Amino acid sequence: MTEPLLSVQDLSVAFRQDGREMLAVDHVSFDIKAGETVALVGESGSGKSVSALSVLKLLPYPAASHPSGRILFKGQDLLTADENAMRRVRGNDITMVFQEPMTSLNPLHTIERQIGEILKLHRGLSDRAARTRTLELLSLVGLRDAESRLNAYPHQLSGGQRQRVMIAMSLANEPDLLIADEPTTALDVTVQAQILKLLAELKGRLNMAMLFITHDLGIVRKVADRVCVMLKGRIVEHGTVAEVFRNPQHPYTQKLLAAEPKGRANPVATDAPTIVEAGPIKVWFPIKRGFMRKTVGHVKAVDGISVRVRQGETVGVVGESGSGKTTLGLAILRLVSSEGPVVFLGNRIDTLGSREIRPMRKDLQVVFQDPYGSLSPRLSVAEIVEEGLLVQNRGLSYDDRRAVVARALADVGIDPATMDRYPHEFSGGQRQRIAIARAVALEPRFIMLDEPTSALDMSVQAQIVELLRDLQKRRNLAYMFISHDLKVVRALANHVIVMQNGKVVEEGAAEAIFSRPQTDYTRALFAAAFNLEADSLNAVRE
Amino acid sequence: MNENVPVASPAANAPVAPPLPREGFIRLSPLNRRRFQNFKANRRGYWSFWIFMVLFVLSLFAEFIANDKPLLVSYKGELLYPVFVEYPEEKFGGFLAQTDYRDPVIAKEIAENGWALWAPVHFSYNTHNLDLPVPAPAPPTWMLTDEQCRPIAERTGGTGCRDIEWNWLGTDDQGRDVVARLIYGFRISVLFGLILAGISSVIGVLAGAIQGYFGGWVDLLFQRFIEVWTAIPALYLLIIISAIITPSFFVLLGILLLFSWVSLVGVVRAEFLRARNFEYVRAARALGLSNVTIMFKHLLPNAMVATLTFLPFILNGSITTLTSLDFLGFGLPPGSPSLGEMLAQGKANLQAPWLGLTGFFVIALMLSLLIFVGEAVRDAFDPRKTFQ
Repeated sequence: MTEPLLSVQDLSVAFRQDGREMLAVDHVSFDIKAGETVALVGESGSGKSVSALSVLKLLPYPAASHPSGRILFKGQDLLTADENAMRRVRGNDITMVFQEPMTSLNPLHTIERQIGEILKLHRGLSDRAARTRTLELLSLVGLRDAESRLNAYPHQLSGGQRQRVMIAMSLANEPDLLIADEPTTALDVTVQAQILKLLAELKGRLNMAMLFITHDLGIVRKVADRVCVMLKGRIVEHGTVAEVFRNPQHPYTQKLLAAEPKGRANPVATDAPTIVEAGPIKVWFPIKRGFMRKTVGHVKAVDGISVRVRQGETVGVVGESGSGKTTLGLAILRLVSSEGPVVFLGNRIDTLGSREIRPMRKDLQVVFQDPYGSLSPRLSVAEIVEEGLLVQNRGLSYDDRRAVVARALADVGIDPATMDRYPHEFSGGQRQRIAIARAVALEPRFIMLDEPTSALDMSVQAQIVELLRDLQKRRNLAYMFISHDLKVVRALANHVIVMQNGKVVEEGAAEAIFSRPQTDYTRALFAAAFNLEADSLNAVRE
Repeated sequence: MNENVPVASPAANAPVAPPLPREGFIRLSPLNRRRFQNFKANRRGYWSFWIFMVLFVLSLFAEFIANDKPLLVSYKGELLYPVFVEYPEEKFGGFLAQTDYRDPVIAKEIAENGWALWAPVHFSYNTHNLDLPVPAPAPPTWMLTDEQCRPIAERTGGTGCRDIEWNWLGTDDQGRDVVARLIYGFRISVLFGLILAGISSVIGVLAGAIQGYFGGWVDLLFQRFIEVWTAIPALYLLIIISAIITPSFFVLLGILLLFSWVSLVGVVRAEFLRARNFEYVRAARALGLSNVTIMFKHLLPNAMVATLTFLPFILNGSITTLTSLDFLGFGLPPGSPSLGEMLAQGKANLQAPWLGLTGFFVIALMLSLLIFVGEAVRDAFDPRKTFQ
């Protein structure tokens, strides 16, 4: 076929905000042939999602506008098509899978109803025919016991299952083009591998084209035929995947390809003193049923785990979401109540009240996952960083405090001159640096890092890992690093704990675990993370 | 947004904090600046705000606009301030404890020995106009014929309505000037509304904050208490209390406060419940901040959006409550200037439509202005609202 299925020509998208026009997509052109997968790669804010959304005209018009460009789908210009014509295209010829499967399914409708709706709407199927077709689709996307799931509500399904339902919905009318907007970003690595495998299979079987949006080059290599690299609203490089990966031309592509977290953990002195020793820790949440709210059982979020962190050491905690790794971290910080001893610098802190523990918080700090959520949008950077000092170091004068803040910011690589700006003026990576500065400003002995890199773009992750390793060496910090991203853990941890369902599956020196995993679960986790391969041993649940 | 900020090496000179930029008296955060721009972009709300502010500030100086005492008197070479100081009539050769400056004898005495500077309207809210050409309630003077005015005008040597004191909007059934009562009534309504809305917001926000932040049993018990509390019929309670004591401004405020503070609790509680699990709140707890500090510094700003959105409507509700109580006769003590009482008089005197109409238009104007302002405030705080 010579004519491409979808041809985006010279597309621009502008957003109007506070009376100013902001160009989000800047004269972008690409083609997708039938049966081909094209990947749009770039950091958040590079305009890749916006480009894809404009194909279906799903942007918030009239705040968004298209100053230039054409989008030809089977010869028809979608940009000038009216709303009726668009409705015939959406959900029928072109469908979309979104990033967050929880929020893209209506929580009040059953699976059957959500999928059936599209079939009835576009094809006018009867209830019975729609039901048969829905079952077909669900088994097509590999949802086990499809029949019994028909009446399930989205919250009764896991993230991977929800994403399968989303895919089933988008395949309902056998589209010619599937737009997948970061379909695996919100999922665990193991589930991500399964979904990618499914998408590749389906594409081959149904001979549809796919526009795949992602920030993860590993996924691109796995699924795409051709790739367009986007930077600040422009396509800076495009070509076949093999070509671009072998011989990247643009410096940005080269940077992206080189962005993987590198290096290994700082070595720990053998006689390093113990900073935190905890365990066995239990965090059980009661399940209450009935009128009298009787406790009928417990969710065992953390079930008897022991941890020891020495000075200058990084303990990595890995596992899928729901395995209880964050809860473990919060229990050690005494931010959730738990059972079992927690000894910090020789003092038992699990028996102390919140007032007694306050002076110790100075040495016991935390950095959270989401740099957008963990900084109050109403305080300036200086106010955020100095907050702990106001409590822990009351004697400091105003000027001294600002000096400490400046030092902490410089330490994490933020220009102290920007300290009176507000968080929204900083990028995700810079925000995470500020969050680290907030922890470091108190000069702690121990920092709990709860997925500090997972919300960040690939190229920024590597920088943050470098920064953390550098800080650790300079200040002799002890880290507890919680992550599902094994590449980052490998670059940072001395000691690794693999968790599943609140229990330790495997534990040991990082080198040993990464080179010779002992259990099936760990092996499946590694295969999914490093090779994006779905597990064949059924060691991981969906 | 540049990711490549050079990492300062520790060996470099110690980093210096920049001096804090000073930008005028109030430093608006960018968020608030954007909200202010949004508020200004809503022309109707913005103009309503200014019109209301002008009316309100003017009414705060009601004594200088409508008063039965002169503002300034020069009498026998001495400057007197009747607005501020009560002078006995002896000062002007009379014998009463209080001076009635509207008395023709006193007026003549002052005119012969100096001068008097009067407010634009020569009546206060409780001044009875003794020189009415027709029985009270008298229509606006411009509606009268010269025929009707002549007997009064002839006392001062005039011939028609042009020569008598005007009641621009007529008088009520006790011969009190409607304009004067309007100005004072507007002031008391708005002040009552502001104080009631203000105090009940403070109490409501505090109660909601405590419930939302601590949750659990505190929340459960407090919620049940509020449910029981709101089941008490406030109006009957008011009627019973006003049968025992004459409710003054502050007694009325207190009783209404007992029931009005619950209106904000639900919203604020919901905001606190939501926001207490935000990561920056968790981070603040990890820094060792006390509960009170976290509530005020991190959670309250979140709840303020919801509170500010509701505030104008609570204010309006408070004003309407006072007006309706006055209308029913359970409100402010008799003789107080009150818009509700004016409406009640309008209902009792259907032959005098200027009473009912004036009351209606002033209340409608006041409530509309406040609602427009409230709408603009709500939109300004809506983060998703985009203005063209």
